[in-house]
Amino acid sequence: MRINCPCCGERSLDEFVYYGDADLRRPDPQDEEAGAKFIAYVYERTNPSGFHRELWYHGLGCRTWIVAERDTRTHEIYATCRAVDGGAPEGAAADRERS
Amino acid sequence: MSERDASKEASQSFRVPGMGSIDTTRTITFTFDGRIYEGHPGDTLASALLANGVRLVGRSFKYHRPRGILSAGSEEPNALVELRTGNRREPNTKATTVELYDGLEASSQNRWPSLAFDVLSINQLAGSVLSAGFYYKTFMWPAAFWEKLYEPVIRRAAGLGRAASEADPDSYDKVTAHCDVLVIGGGPAGLAAALSAASAGARVIIADENPELGGRCLAEKRTIDEMPSAVWAKHAQEKLRSTNEVRVLTRTTVFGVYDGRTYGALERVSDHLPVPPQHQPRQRLWRIIAKRVVLASGATERPMVFGENDRPGVMLAGAVRTYINRFGVVPGRHAAVFANNDDAITTIADIQRAGAEVVAYVDSRKELSPAVLAVLSEAGVDAILGGHVESTTGTRHITGATVRTADGEIRNLPCDLIAMSGGWNPNLQLATHLNARPHWNETIAAFVPSALPPGMAVAGAANGLLTLAEALASGAQLGIEAAHEAGRPAVEARSYSTTPEASSIAPLWRVPETKGKAFVDFQHDVTTDDVVLAHREGFAAVEHLKRYTTLGMGTDQGKTSNVNALAIMAALTESTIPAVGTTTARPPYTPVAIGALGGAHRGRDFKPERLPPSYKWAREQGAVFTQAGLWLRPQYFPRPGERDWQETVFREVDTTRNAVGICDVSTLGKIDVQGRDAIKFLESIYINNWGSLAVGRARYGVMLREDGMVLDDGTTARLGEHHFLMTTTTGNAAKVLQHLEFCRQCLWPDLDVQLAPVTDQWAQFSMAGPKSRDLLRKIVDSEFDISDAAFPYMAAGEVAICGGLKARLFRLSFSGERAYEIAVPSRYGDALIRRLMTATEEFDGTAYGTEAMGVMRIEKGHLGAAEMNGTTTAYDLGLGRMMSDRKDFIGRTLGSRSGLMDPDRPRLVGLRPINPKHKISAGAHLLPQKAHRTAANDEGHVTSAAFSPILGHTIALGLLKRGPERVGEIVGVCDPVRGRDILAKVVSPEFFDPSGEKLRG
Ligand SMILES: [Zn+2]
Repeated sequence: MRINCPCCGERSLDEFVYYGDADLRRPDPQDEEAGAKFIAYVYERTNPSGFHRELWYHGLGCRTWIVAERDTRTHEIYATCRAVDGGAPEGAAADRERS
Repeated sequence: MSERDASKEASQSFRVPGMGSIDTTRTITFTFDGRIYEGHPGDTLASALLANGVRLVGRSFKYHRPRGILSAGSEEPNALVELRTGNRREPNTKATTVELYDGLEASSQNRWPSLAFDVLSINQLAGSVLSAGFYYKTFMWPAAFWEKLYEPVIRRAAGLGRAASEADPDSYDKVTAHCDVLVIGGGPAGLAAALSAASAGARVIIADENPELGGRCLAEKRTIDEMPSAVWAKHAQEKLRSTNEVRVLTRTTVFGVYDGRTYGALERVSDHLPVPPQHQPRQRLWRIIAKRVVLASGATERPMVFGENDRPGVMLAGAVRTYINRFGVVPGRHAAVFANNDDAITTIADIQRAGAEVVAYVDSRKELSPAVLAVLSEAGVDAILGGHVESTTGTRHITGATVRTADGEIRNLPCDLIAMSGGWNPNLQLATHLNARPHWNETIAAFVPSALPPGMAVAGAANGLLTLAEALASGAQLGIEAAHEAGRPAVEARSYSTTPEASSIAPLWRVPETKGKAFVDFQHDVTTDDVVLAHREGFAAVEHLKRYTTLGMGTDQGKTSNVNALAIMAALTESTIPAVGTTTARPPYTPVAIGALGGAHRGRDFKPERLPPSYKWAREQGAVFTQAGLWLRPQYFPRPGERDWQETVFREVDTTRNAVGICDVSTLGKIDVQGRDAIKFLESIYINNWGSLAVGRARYGVMLREDGMVLDDGTTARLGEHHFLMTTTTGNAAKVLQHLEFCRQCLWPDLDVQLAPVTDQWAQFSMAGPKSRDLLRKIVDSEFDISDAAFPYMAAGEVAICGGLKARLFRLSFSGERAYEIAVPSRYGDALIRRLMTATEEFDGTAYGTEAMGVMRIEKGHLGAAEMNGTTTAYDLGLGRMMSDRKDFIGRTLGSRSGLMDPDRPRLVGLRPINPKHKISAGAHLLPQKAHRTAANDEGHVTSAAFSPILGHTIALGLLKRGPERVGEIVGVCDPVRGRDILAKVVSPEFFDPSGEKLRG
């Protein structure tokens, strides 16, 4: 697999570490339901067949955390961007996939 | 030896002068089963054996039936030989792909005691026992018989060759390449595609498994652009080799298609030589990233399924033509041709030109086209239309074919060769590696690729375009398109002229009435009866058929057998072939040695080694090294006269505790943290408070994972208002950096903080012991005050040493002694350790390694990887009070879950044996003193243990249920692995200097 790092260009999978769902947001610890929300945040994952927005870490490269939009069935990656850029705007591919 | 010399064969009596394209002016010798033969450069082992009239080359897997050479390529199921000897011995090598070299040694396999007389061939008389599923049925009971009887017998009987028992002496290489267009296969379609793509200026890689490009251009007598096809192919190859940006990879098999347009290929760099030339690898593994791919992998001919069709002398018709046209070898004197398609007709003329007789042409079709009939009549051959070969005669080689004519008449034709053709299967495996299903094409009676991997197009026979004209035209067109899609200018595809050819087929999947075993899968001895049996017993689904009969599971992956088998199954189930479907083709296309996949990553080079700055010096001292992650760290420094490692370690500990010891701590992870929000960042990732940390001070910190488990610990020093230096444990350096980058980039992108790993930038040495400050004074420049008042415990700052070299100084201690760590840029590390060790002589100091460090840290109750094992919380490890309740931090919410605060959890304690002579080892279980030694009574385990030379007995750290509440209690320490069961007292984990007096000085 090849991943297009926004900083380094297209690089081999070997250089990256997979993390998981990019759309999880760390709950507010002051929230009354913080306990339950953190449980969901840490442990609960969907396992989608198809479109997935996910985090990758370019550990053997520039150390950028990347949001990739990937099809879990074909491993095609539609788009990538840096996680710091607002946690990645949803790409056109995502809209296409969801419609 | 004399016997061998005497057995030298006189000549290559089946070589036809003036035919073939290999160099027959030079003669080379080789041995097969100890006999010496001659051949020519350019021969394969198979062609050379056939030239010498050797037809029997192996015994089959299950029935030990005599087997010969079926094919002329990598689809070969039968002619598997053992190549070379000693540590290069290589089993299951296909004689059809082995290039002959002078002195080659090969032997047959799977026979005992000899190839001609094989005792186990009586297996075929016991055929009903060994039929499909026999492993499952026969050796079921009693279970105890497996180990003693069944398995040894099966292993003796069923082995296919022997692997070398010594280490592989050769080296293997890996390389990554990028190109616009990868052309897989160098036959007519591949050559046309590569020429096209190159003419558009594309960066092209063309790979072919043979030593020369050309494919069937070399095997057939055809013309292209008025030239013999072999000459055209030679010109095409030369053109490609001389074109910039074109890389020709011969002896290279593209074996797999992977995600991201990545292709795996194996180049057999030196397999055709006795030993690899100096500095050359045996094989090279290519990872090719191609924008576009033209798959031109050709097609594989199907055998006909009739009785005794496995006897040596029965060959694929296309292979017969290859041996004649490319190698100038005629595989028999009196041949019968048996086919169901037009392509096989050309075999007749080739055999006749080679001076051999065609005794009959048998075609299962009753009616042929006028053009084909004209060819037959011109050849003057006895044509038996609508007939079948039912069986063969002979023992170790065929002597005749039994033919049933359309009228039902039986004719016995004496012959020593049957050239058979059941049609051609496109080599579409690579098109399906990413899980696409092929499509059934009725016209050619074969599967063709349908959905393709991204960027791939399929040309020629691989796409079911079986004639030469179609191959050239499709290759030329797809080469142009691929180059254009890869961003090169559009150019016009050129056209090639060829002679017309007939290509119709009427499938015959098995001869209706046969005598004897009719083989479908030659390598795994699967017959039509086995397929019938599998069907009768309910294993009709194609994947079940495969597993029940082991069809297609040999080293040839069923290249010649799969389609025949599933067509037979389709008939049995009264279904269609597309409905039955195919099994899934997975990489690799042909076997790939593990050595090639490993490349240079073997032995000590399996992983990279990281060497600490004092490595060279430590080696000179005779240090013993240990692996800590990728690092090689000194474990201890033995001195002359020391009896064992323990004596050395005791001396190192004792010297450190009483004078001074020096240890290279450069391997600890170091992360530079800077920015206006650096404090805020540290507050969020550490459990304790950082706001009050003054510039010039360091603090111990613990960080958790978000689930509340301890991730790592270490000290962080404040070097400036917005500048911190964090240290991590050696093993967790990369993991912590990844965690911090995640927090910074994904959780709090708005914080003004930057991280840089600086582990490799600094050489850092710990000086521990009561004399450490005196030692330090020897190297720190005099203007720096290092008195306890100016530089107290946990101080951090910049100094100059050895006359002006800038250094960082930290007063930190892992050992519990007064201790300092001094850091200089890595390049000064070697000089500094030598300087320190010279300076330490005055104090009778020592260097110490990781063993002594481990002893001292257990004496102090400091945590290591065994305690921070991913299942322990701060509370478990006695760090609960460090957790700030004034702020949020990673792991706080989940770390405070009631279950994790349960006092019943195993928590950190110290343990000392009641009898000081007793030993405790890590891993031992903790139980109530008198409880039964069962898992139900288990209350925890020992995490770390060491003999403390200061205290004179073993000390240990452990995780014990309600541990801290049980200080003073006596518990059982049960170590069934080492056969120990002793009593120990639960104590505080700080065995040594609990008040920290020594630390502060
Ligand atoms: Zn990058």
